[in-house]
Amino acid sequence: MNILDPQGPIGAAEKTILIDSLGIMLAIVLPTIVAIFAFAFWFRASNTRASYLPNWKYSGRIELVVWSVPALTVILLGGVAWLGAHHLDPPKPIEGSDKPLTIQAVSLDWKWLFIYPDHKVATINTLTVPAGVTLQFQLTSASVMNAFFIPQLGSMIYTMNGMATRLNLRADASGTFQGLSTQFSGDGFADMHFDVHVVSPEQFSKWAQDASNAGKSLDERSYQQIAKPSMKNEPEIYRLADPDIFASVVSQKLPPSPGMQAGVKGASPRTEAADAR
Amino acid sequence: MLGKLTWDAIPLEQPIPMIASGVVALTILAILGWVVIKGHLPYLWREWITSVDHKRIGVMYTLLAMVMLLRGFADAIMMRMQQSVAFHSQGFLPPEHYDQIFSAHGTIMIFFVAMPFMIGLMNFVVPLQLGVRDVAFPTLNSVGFWLTATGALLVNISLVIGEFARNGWLPYPPLSELAYSPGVGVDYYLWSLEISGAGTLVAGINLVTTVLKVRTKGMNYLRMPMFCWTTLATNLLIVAAFPILTATFAMLLLDRYLGFHFFTNEAGGNVMMFVNLIWAWGHPEVYILVLPAFGIFSEVISTFSGKPLFGYRSMVAATMAICILSFMVWLHHFFTMGAGADVNAIFGIATMIIAVPTGVKVFNWLFTMYGGRVRFQTPLLWSIGFMVTFIIGGMTGVLLAVPPADFVLHNSLFLVAHFHNVIIGGVLFGAFAGYTYWFPKAFGFKLHEGLGRAAFWCWLIGFYVAFMPLYVLGLLGMTRRMQHYDVAQWRPWLIVAACGATLIMCGIAFQIAQLVVSIRQRAQLRDETGDPWDGRSLEWATTSPPPAFNFAFLPEVTGEDAFWQFKKRAAEQPGAEEMPEYRDIEIPRNSATGFVCAFFATVMGFALIWHIWWMVAVGAIGAFATFVVFAWRDHDEDTVPADEVARIDGSSRAQRHAILSREAAE
Repeated sequence: MNILDPQGPIGAAEKTILIDSLGIMLAIVLPTIVAIFAFAFWFRASNTRASYLPNWKYSGRIELVVWSVPALTVILLGGVAWLGAHHLDPPKPIEGSDKPLTIQAVSLDWKWLFIYPDHKVATINTLTVPAGVTLQFQLTSASVMNAFFIPQLGSMIYTMNGMATRLNLRADASGTFQGLSTQFSGDGFADMHFDVHVVSPEQFSKWAQDASNAGKSLDERSYQQIAKPSMKNEPEIYRLADPDIFASVVSQKLPPSPGMQAGVKGASPRTEAADAR
Repeated sequence: MLGKLTWDAIPLEQPIPMIASGVVALTILAILGWVVIKGHLPYLWREWITSVDHKRIGVMYTLLAMVMLLRGFADAIMMRMQQSVAFHSQGFLPPEHYDQIFSAHGTIMIFFVAMPFMIGLMNFVVPLQLGVRDVAFPTLNSVGFWLTATGALLVNISLVIGEFARNGWLPYPPLSELAYSPGVGVDYYLWSLEISGAGTLVAGINLVTTVLKVRTKGMNYLRMPMFCWTTLATNLLIVAAFPILTATFAMLLLDRYLGFHFFTNEAGGNVMMFVNLIWAWGHPEVYILVLPAFGIFSEVISTFSGKPLFGYRSMVAATMAICILSFMVWLHHFFTMGAGADVNAIFGIATMIIAVPTGVKVFNWLFTMYGGRVRFQTPLLWSIGFMVTFIIGGMTGVLLAVPPADFVLHNSLFLVAHFHNVIIGGVLFGAFAGYTYWFPKAFGFKLHEGLGRAAFWCWLIGFYVAFMPLYVLGLLGMTRRMQHYDVAQWRPWLIVAACGATLIMCGIAFQIAQLVVSIRQRAQLRDETGDPWDGRSLEWATTSPPPAFNFAFLPEVTGEDAFWQFKKRAAEQPGAEEMPEYRDIEIPRNSATGFVCAFFATVMGFALIWHIWWMVAVGAIGAFATFVVFAWRDHDEDTVPADEVARIDGSSRAQRHAILSREAAE
């Protein structure tokens, strides 16, 4: 989960920006902290060697310095921000990759549905992706806002009902990483995490082939079952029977989740959650 | 008859809120009982509840903030305990309870601790610093306070009756819409903040008008103490930003109560509009909190260095720059919404630009100490603790303003660590510095120094132990608001953070002890001079505590640091003090309007939450009738006769002369 141990180009670039920006700022922050202690200590009332300047309250030169030092820092850092925001804009394709893999992600209460439209596969709370291939995510939500995040691959992005957001990531090496939702979405939020299995492209093809023959299939009817609130969902694999599910969710042809049953005190769908377990 | 309210609303099956609220209720009853039995009720009614004196109202705001700090902290320590045990387990708080706790913690700490603390200090100090007898609208001031108290009361009622919101301190739709949050929690949240928000708005209007229109002779804008400047900036922000909050919540209420579709998923509602609107208020709010703290530090550092504030005009410029810029950066709260590179970059850079005037302020405080004689008393300790802590928090804030860095840190515990770093290290340390600094002015005796230092060190070390691990956890990918987790490497850091929270608890215990001990030892800690810290601004020119009319004669100001100049002149020409003629002084008459209005607002708020429509009507009519009665009053000022002024002022002058001659003899 360590974002300082990135496993792909986006995460690596973001780590570099993070550390560079921190370095630029520490160059002025550390001396300032030292100066605070030094001034406070040296000019303590009991220090008879320190000069007392009871009326000293203005110096044009110091003013110039105190305005220009933060301004220069911000100009430098603003450049980093401008370039970084453009270079790492989530929908921007990743340079140096060939054919990307499209993955559609839908946040449900309270689990993730991932759809591989090209391979006719869908999964719940598990992602299997090939190493070295750009992952082109399209994301939406079936009910409330969530955010999709795989810390070691980089950038997170919100999911919102009736809208599709876009995100490009790439994993460079095989391994298993973790992803999670980072926008609080209700009682089952803490269990909205999933494993990301990064495998070789050959293994991925084989996995997709096997998965597209899965026993359970995802179509509008089974989607509506899955979309009901449930917590602590185990990973599952579906054969994708209806390739337009994602578009139907975005266009609200499949209506947003109707929400929780009204109770006096709150919105705990306790019975359903218990069923899901 | 009672709308949605039934016996089911009382969470008898949940021991934690029941015990907590039971203890609180018993304490309140005990205090009330003691007040009634001892016969203090008429005094309380006459001198405090109906008071329109800005000093009394300021003290009550501060007291409200300190009481609510205890509640907010109880929530905080429960969260820390839960997260330190909830590894591969549910911990002791189920999600539906944990979610209420973090929502209540944020709501209470921002709206009912930080806000009233700052407004309280501004209310108490600003008219004294401006050298005047009262604020512009004394009764409105009282209304503002009591409406804030109403909000706080409703939030606490939700502990016992019903539930509180479960979607964070800002109710992002669609989660906060009726479909996904059908309970009364969000309604408690919305109505308490609609009511207290109205209170904050009138407090803001009052203080803006006071600074702009009610100043003593010669008190030009550029002679005002720095705290008055930051008060002006803060209250301009309140007046501009709080209507956005009120309107946004009103739209959410229309969605929830009348089936509108401002922010719903269906029928063209747009959640992104809510997120934009709430942060168009939310970011200025951050500066509403921290600007008064900047003012307090300016006063404290200058006083305890025995020097004028370095670069006063620069500080004024920086304050007003922050005031304007704070409205131009709201989008940095949601870089991850996918707005596009240009938008993200522009808002990132705009955010960084705020760091320039803020950096200037830090440097100017630094150079205020340069060439000073720095006395390390508690208010200065808080200030130095602030400077170091706030720089670190500011740095991580600017880091989060770099969009690509935010893409991996947004909503993480790194963010949580950042805003606690600036809110505790900035706002709360400022509030404590101001509380210690002005306490002798309000009550006539100082706070115990040793216990104050102990509290400071516990808070400072506790803060670092509690929040530095959160930065690490953010880098380890941990997001906020997790009721439980399965990642083993997070756990040790969460346990350290819980220890830090415990240290902060010791700090709070020392603060309570400090207050108790100081009251008991008030004879030794008495401030007879009215100027216990060798102060520089006009609040120190009057007695501690000041008379109801603040100043027997309105002082005439000829430069910055007005009181310092008076003292210098008096030292140069001893005995030159002239005795002007005493005149009658008119002071605003006490009024129960604020309290009665707030009583009806409470009734109305509660009734709206539970859909008890007849009671809504009672509350609304009652509040309006109170206003009408007030508007038709014939008699709105009391007169303090000149003899009485002469008696009060004469005795304090005599006392001061006695002290001065005693000091001269020594």
